[in-house]
Amino acid sequence: MALLQIAEPGQSAAPHQHKLAVGIDLGTTNSLVAAVRSGETATLPDEHGLHSLPSIVRYTQDTVEVGALAALSSAQDPKNTIVSVKRFMGRSLADIKAGEQSFPYEFAESENGLPLFVTPQGQVNPVQVSAEILRPLIARAEKTLGGELQGVVITVPAYFDDAQRQGTKDAVALLGVKVLRLLNEPTAAAIAYGLDSKQEGVIAIYDLGGGTFDISVLRLNRGVFEVLATGGDSALGGDDFDHLLQEHMQQVWQLADIDVQLSRQLLIEARRVKEALTDASETEAKVILADGTELTQIVTKTEFDAMIAALVKKTIASCRRTLRDAGMTTDEVLETVMVGGSTRVPLVREQVEAFFGKPPLTSIDPDRVVAIGAAIQADILVGNKPDSDLLLLDVIPLSLGIETMGGLVEKVVSRNTTIPVARAQEFTTFKDGQTAMAFHVVQGERELVADCRSLARFTLKGIPPLAAGAAHIRVTFQVDADGLLSVTAMEKSTGVQSSIQVKPSFGLSDTEIATMLKDSMKYAKDDISRRMLAEQQVEAARVLESLNAALGKDGDLLTAQEREQIDLLMAKLAQLATGDDADAIQKAIERLDEQTQDFAARRMDNSIRVAFKGQSIDNI
Amino acid sequence: MAITMTPAATERVRSFLANRGKGVGLRLGLRTSGCSGMAYVLEFVDALNDDDEVFDIDGVKIIIDAKSFIYLQGIELDFVKEGLNEGFQFNNPNAKGECGCGESFTV
Repeated sequence: MALLQIAEPGQSAAPHQHKLAVGIDLGTTNSLVAAVRSGETATLPDEHGLHSLPSIVRYTQDTVEVGALAALSSAQDPKNTIVSVKRFMGRSLADIKAGEQSFPYEFAESENGLPLFVTPQGQVNPVQVSAEILRPLIARAEKTLGGELQGVVITVPAYFDDAQRQGTKDAVALLGVKVLRLLNEPTAAAIAYGLDSKQEGVIAIYDLGGGTFDISVLRLNRGVFEVLATGGDSALGGDDFDHLLQEHMQQVWQLADIDVQLSRQLLIEARRVKEALTDASETEAKVILADGTELTQIVTKTEFDAMIAALVKKTIASCRRTLRDAGMTTDEVLETVMVGGSTRVPLVREQVEAFFGKPPLTSIDPDRVVAIGAAIQADILVGNKPDSDLLLLDVIPLSLGIETMGGLVEKVVSRNTTIPVARAQEFTTFKDGQTAMAFHVVQGERELVADCRSLARFTLKGIPPLAAGAAHIRVTFQVDADGLLSVTAMEKSTGVQSSIQVKPSFGLSDTEIATMLKDSMKYAKDDISRRMLAEQQVEAARVLESLNAALGKDGDLLTAQEREQIDLLMAKLAQLATGDDADAIQKAIERLDEQTQDFAARRMDNSIRVAFKGQSIDNI
Repeated sequence: MAITMTPAATERVRSFLANRGKGVGLRLGLRTSGCSGMAYVLEFVDALNDDDEVFDIDGVKIIIDAKSFIYLQGIELDFVKEGLNEGFQFNNPNAKGECGCGESFTV
């Protein structure tokens, strides 16, 4: 017997055709699944009534444990218990090894440099591990909703790049479930509060989780959320509060050398005390030592606030920086949304309110708000809402472009363009008779390829041999609704084409993205002058190339003296082109141009004479 | 009263309506479709149609159109839980045969 849910007016599904869809928050520490039922959006609990699933996967010889069960084993089997796999998504092993953090896992490297975890069940990649976390969530959703899912909306951090987004999408695909859309986490939180249907303006999302802090500044404009800036700290969260509290309790009790067992007990108690202090002004902490001694102490909210004040201040400093990056002031921020369990700490709320000058939105459970926003979006995408409800769009976080001669970046799709989008631009060949062209797709805001991030390379072959600059190659960049990129290059006269889809390669960390954006502003002036230089160098090479070809063919049209002059100027230009004075190169090109004008004219006359020789006037 | 709701159903409908924050009430109805001829309709109502009748069951507005009303005589709306799954269910004395899923029936 299928159970029915109340539909929106006129949206009742035909029997056996219920449009079931859920939103999933695949988090670093915890993951959740949510759905809209009878007009109400809520996260779905498991059989034990637990809503959040710890994002932990343990591989044993013949089982895969996920969630709380895996968490229990993390202490005794750390090597095979993968915690926070999200931090590995779309990143290369080299990146991970270069990072400050050390991990207890045994790594292998895949062919394309991605990390593989070595487990008793063989090597698994981060995408497969993420799929293991999603598997029970999807099973739970299908049991709860009573049918197969038509699709899911899954959330990703706003700073996730194409490789990381594709990895997340692949994880869902491994389970045979359709991804309706990837949604930025801050955007999902804003949707949960219905901010997408409110007035337009700037919204700040303050997300303080267990181990990470993110601040995002979004602008809502005609139903489109634009990410103005993101910032944060990938190593700051509520766990740090627990550790500080634990240290404090240890000090008060004068516990000197403590074993792992006691340390664990202290940490659990610290967490309990932290949670109790959300509503109480003081609470009693208690631990029982191995010999049975019971220790107690009173911890006040004032003491706790003093312990964590510096950390909270750090998050506020981050907010200030990010707001400045976005070019906004606190007065311009319409609403602040709180996300993440650690935003329950009263001091955090007070400080955020003081900084933004207005109370933040806290009415939705901060642990669940992202999943709830994703579920609302999934419900609309799967078609359970009347058409009048607007569909949300997203924007690309960093510009996309291709490399041109001289190591320069030609941006094809600029940052903050709403997606889906398709943009085309025409390029041409550099050398006479060139029949192939290599394309290098890059992402970033800087002018030179070396300072941007390489996404993919591909080659277009079979271009008809033509003079330099005569071929028309149309390059189309297409970004789908999930922010995934495909690039196509087509030669217009023959229609030969070649294309590539950006697949997981290397990822960028939160801070790297921030650095890339900041650098693009910091080095704007340098970049422009470097661009000018590179352009002049390319132009010099082109002039020398074509002049050499002309001299080889029609060199006998010149007197020895003229030839000597030209050779001299060419040598000088070639020498200047290796230097770094763009103006000097430009002048040398101009001088060479003047000097060869006569030569060009003579060549023209000559070729006309050759062409017309023996032809009567009637034939022309 | 020809149409009844179990206390569980009444309570859930009331809370879903309150949560939605708009609308007149809940529509119960029938549509000719499905594998056994007729299918139930369960929808929020924003605007009444001409042939709609409005009933008040324990303070909850239930809307039924005239045509569906004939077939819904004596029906009971229930809210049940089956494991993780929960939702509404119609107990219809008029139904002679149900499809396996109970979403459609013949009279």
